[in-house]
Amino acid sequence: MVTISSWGRLEQPEHELRPLQHRSSLASTLRDGAPGLPFGMGRSYGDVCLNPEGTLWTTRSLDNFIRFDQANGIIECEAGVLLKDIQELIVPLGWMLPVTPGTQFVTVGGAIANDVHGKNHHEYGSFGNHVERLLLCRTDGEEIECGPGMHDDWYAATVGGMGLTGVISRATISLRRIETPWMTVESIPFYSLEEFYKLADRSESDWEYTVSWIDCVAKNDRRGIFFRANHSLAIPTQDYSTSRRNLVFTPPISLVNRLSLKPFNWAYFHSHRLRSGEKEMHYQPFFYPLDQIQNWNRMYGPRGFYQYQCVIPTENREAAIAALLDETTNSNSGSFLAVLKTFGEKPSSGLLSFPQAGATLALDFPNRGKATLDLMQRLDVIVGQAGGRLYAAKDARMTAGLYAAGYPNLDQFQPFRDPGISSALSRRLLGS
Amino acid sequence: MEQLRIIIIGATSSIAKHCARHWVCKASNMLLVGRDEERLAITAEDLRARGPQADIRTITVDFLDGDGIDSLVANYSSDGAIDIALVAHGHLPDQVAAQSTLTDCKNALMVNGVSPAIFMEALSKHMEPAGKGSLAIIGSVAGDRGRKSNYIYGSSKSLVDRYAQGLQHRLAGSGVHVCLIKPGPTLTAMTSHLLGTGMKLAPVEDVAISIVRAIEERKAVIYTPGKWRLIMLIIKHLPRFIFNKLDI
Repeated sequence: MVTISSWGRLEQPEHELRPLQHRSSLASTLRDGAPGLPFGMGRSYGDVCLNPEGTLWTTRSLDNFIRFDQANGIIECEAGVLLKDIQELIVPLGWMLPVTPGTQFVTVGGAIANDVHGKNHHEYGSFGNHVERLLLCRTDGEEIECGPGMHDDWYAATVGGMGLTGVISRATISLRRIETPWMTVESIPFYSLEEFYKLADRSESDWEYTVSWIDCVAKNDRRGIFFRANHSLAIPTQDYSTSRRNLVFTPPISLVNRLSLKPFNWAYFHSHRLRSGEKEMHYQPFFYPLDQIQNWNRMYGPRGFYQYQCVIPTENREAAIAALLDETTNSNSGSFLAVLKTFGEKPSSGLLSFPQAGATLALDFPNRGKATLDLMQRLDVIVGQAGGRLYAAKDARMTAGLYAAGYPNLDQFQPFRDPGISSALSRRLLGS
Repeated sequence: MEQLRIIIIGATSSIAKHCARHWVCKASNMLLVGRDEERLAITAEDLRARGPQADIRTITVDFLDGDGIDSLVANYSSDGAIDIALVAHGHLPDQVAAQSTLTDCKNALMVNGVSPAIFMEALSKHMEPAGKGSLAIIGSVAGDRGRKSNYIYGSSKSLVDRYAQGLQHRLAGSGVHVCLIKPGPTLTAMTSHLLGTGMKLAPVEDVAISIVRAIEERKAVIYTPGKWRLIMLIIKHLPRFIFNKLDI
């Protein structure tokens, strides 16, 4: 038994690890360990990737590419391949993953199972929208190949299916063309939510990527920085070099706390305000700013942290987002990595996919026990009343009621579950 | 652009696979040698996706068949001189089980010791006349001193160690570089059952990078991660009365 935490580091439950070594011998491994759960990089924040006292089938050894069609931009690979490996192979050749989340240290299997999204949702939807085929290995040994136009029902259940329909062993992903690995990024300070929505709605037609950081500590105004970006057409003269830093130890208390939050937020806002305007940026720091600090999640100290990400349908977004931010500000719990963005209309492929048209707000809270849980419960009420939903990949504590209300396709999903697979989250929210 | 000709023995092993991924973009030609055809094919597909310019072939061979190995290497070198040869196959036996089942003991000694030696001999035979290239062999820190927890594996690796040393002596001045690599415990398919036992396993990516670098720099012996040079120096020199009390 080994202790394994998810990215939020809230708990360190024991697991038995069983590596999936070769895609040719999956069936026998899966038979031995059931009930288990496929586990990639453990970058989800809550308990969607945990199976305390049970088996985790680790997928990182399934790291082979299978085929890269350079002419048509199609890549087929095993499920344990990292998005980083794909980007490093394809970017120099003028291709890129059409959708990428805020870290490239996730596996393809994990990206599909959580149907992750990026800053260009209004143009490209979520990760699952670009999965052409995937191979699902059930714990009873059955293999199901699915995708748009082939076993559509299995495909819809597996994209965003949190690993509960079987182990994804391989996938085919269609890529998008890029002219250069650089981005033209504009940052614009804003001072109210109205300003934010105006910026967001107006930018959607001309800018592929939009996202904003929002200060949820300052009491007087709802200030933030709006970022919008497009792929650059020409390579700038500057060079790009990475230097990854590592948070090598866990500080005894959270570095994100009442004392630090105000100056953090103040400094972030003003440093970006002063540097606002257009500039060229390499795609890596643009897409993956936090990847530059290894183990950044340790900054929340030994008790870990919660992420809270909801989406509010467009018609209710103004009032609900304002209420969520007010509640957060008033609680003094604060959040440093507060992100607000609008999702477009493109429907997700998965029955349980998170993205839907509306505004999504992501907040991080250092774990202060009951006070933090109480705050999130108050946020739940606002989300529930506005007809919104929470992102399971970030959740560690929502109620089954809120989940069922937010995901009306849940009943349709249940028959596709693999009885040999179970997670802490599925036991909490899906009953088994 | 370099146009390397590379032959990898035990090409489906985790360490070999990761080295091959570093080399494939500079390779014109790669021969992957292994025992399991299906796994070789998977590795070849992966390398073709990463380096489409390289001609990548696979071949299976009986790892203890001296003549078969000789003609395999002869064939490959008849098309052109070998730039890099990596001998990377191995199998970590269950020490306790192999102490009672002597067939397992014999098999472990053969596959980890005798077989790599035959490959090294065959490769030397065909690389020496060309007067160039690097012959890299994966040994192990376990070969530095016999320990009760893994002396069957360790002693076979120490055979590899001495064999490489002999070849270094013989090939000095020939233009062929012989590199002995001694990894510490590394997280690979061979050691995945050790996960969670408290043993610290080095990431295979890091080990592969240091092997690639050692070959470029024509090093004779490397430990990877580097700290194992110091650890093994101490273990090798511990007086027996202390050493025998250690549970290692």
